[in-house]
Amino acid sequence: MSGPPKNIPKIRIRGLTKTFGTKTVLDGIDLDVAAGTSMVVVGGSGSGKSVLLKCILGLIEPDAGSIEIDGRDVLRLTRQEREQVNARIGMLFQAGALFDSLTVWENVAFGLLAQHKAARAEARQKAGIILAQVGLDPSVGDLSPAELSGGMQKRVGLARAIASQPDILFFDEPTTGLDPIMGAVIDGLIVDCVKRLGSTAVAITHDMASATRIGDRAAMLFRGKLVWQGPAADLLHSGNPMVDQFTHGRREGPIQMELRR
Amino acid sequence: MIDPLDAVAAVGRGTLGAVRATGAVALFGAAGLSHLLRPPFYGRMFLLALVEFSYFSLPVVALTAVFSGAVIALQSFTGFSRFGAESAIAGIVVLSVVRELGPVLAGLMVAGRVGAAMAAELGTMRVTDQIDALGTLSTNPMKYLVAPRLLAGVIAVPLLVVVADILGVAGGFLVSTAKLGFNPSGYLTSTFNILTTADVVAGLAKAATFGFLIALMGCYHGYNSKGGAQGVGSATTSAVVAASILILAFDYVLTELFFAR
Repeated sequence: MSGPPKNIPKIRIRGLTKTFGTKTVLDGIDLDVAAGTSMVVVGGSGSGKSVLLKCILGLIEPDAGSIEIDGRDVLRLTRQEREQVNARIGMLFQAGALFDSLTVWENVAFGLLAQHKAARAEARQKAGIILAQVGLDPSVGDLSPAELSGGMQKRVGLARAIASQPDILFFDEPTTGLDPIMGAVIDGLIVDCVKRLGSTAVAITHDMASATRIGDRAAMLFRGKLVWQGPAADLLHSGNPMVDQFTHGRREGPIQMELRR
Repeated sequence: MIDPLDAVAAVGRGTLGAVRATGAVALFGAAGLSHLLRPPFYGRMFLLALVEFSYFSLPVVALTAVFSGAVIALQSFTGFSRFGAESAIAGIVVLSVVRELGPVLAGLMVAGRVGAAMAAELGTMRVTDQIDALGTLSTNPMKYLVAPRLLAGVIAVPLLVVVADILGVAGGFLVSTAKLGFNPSGYLTSTFNILTTADVVAGLAKAATFGFLIALMGCYHGYNSKGGAQGVGSATTSAVVAASILILAFDYVLTELFFAR
């Protein structure tokens, strides 16, 4: 399979706009993610991060703008072509979104089983290998997701996302709800997996430590607009007053919380 | 000040809402059915839904049928004995059970049991992102979750109604012979003399329709539920209420179609 030319970004977003009722959640977003790099989008709660991710995934239809993956506008594809694109995307959901009616190994091997690409015995074995890659014992596979701790659920979610060896990976707040050590472990696993697969990654987070660990580049979303883009390493000393206030968690600054006093 | 036009506006809003909901349900059902014709098929999901629909509903439906057959025999005896028309009781029991009570009561019981469970399960999957997760694992949620349940409903409820018919007649038979002093062989002979194939077929056609409606309402309300635990709760309520009303409404329409001359 011949890859796309090097100068085309893996994901290219132009003028992306989405409105819910009277509330503009995304307001003309322009964002490029180069192939094989990791982009971290930071922003406060309600800044439109999740909507941005859902638009790229095709779960929400934007009102205007374009989203190109490998140079093809994915908003103009037929449903079948869209499914082919999505088959190359893996996603780690914020709360894991593990299927609670299935065992852990069936969750991990879901893509293989659902597309009848592997027999159950073979899929079971593959699931064990992938579970080991995220630091879980293959015997965990026989448990149900409800029996796992939050950190283990995140790791199973990661295992499920990488099982089909996707070339694009999305992470929705991968460390939210975990203790700092487990957060660092998950970040480490994410970096390992992305490197091993050579994937392009997009993560949304409001955890600064996590953002600098996962990301090559970073962007900050505020009220539906990208207010800053740059190397992830510069997040903590960007010189941009909005980013500085956010990354250092200051109450005073250009960002005013809409609180009633 | 109350504007008299407000009342008109409310009627208009209600009408528009009803039309919109009808259209949405119809499109949802059509999409679900169309997935039954296009591979891949999820046989495992179909079997699970079929067992849930039919096998686990058997006790409830069986008890309902026995008691309603028995009560019809008792009621019609008290009424008809005044006119010396006791001989009609066997016919009344079998026709009312096979044509009406079997399908309708089984339908209502299954709507309460399976329709509610379906709406709760799909609703929980919706609010915990599991339905979105299916999409990212190259699995169409309509095909994986909805289509197998619709098919299971159409097949399972007629099977239940066959059982309900037999047990309903048995209930009437028991009361008539043990309490009302009918001759057992005479009762059975007049039962079979009156019953025609058309009655059974019409009853089973009703059952298949009700099964489809139960699954459709359960899936539609669950699939489109939003807003956490409360949303799932109201989706469950809506699914049962809507299925019950639709069962009674379609029962009238189908009776008109099959039996009115």
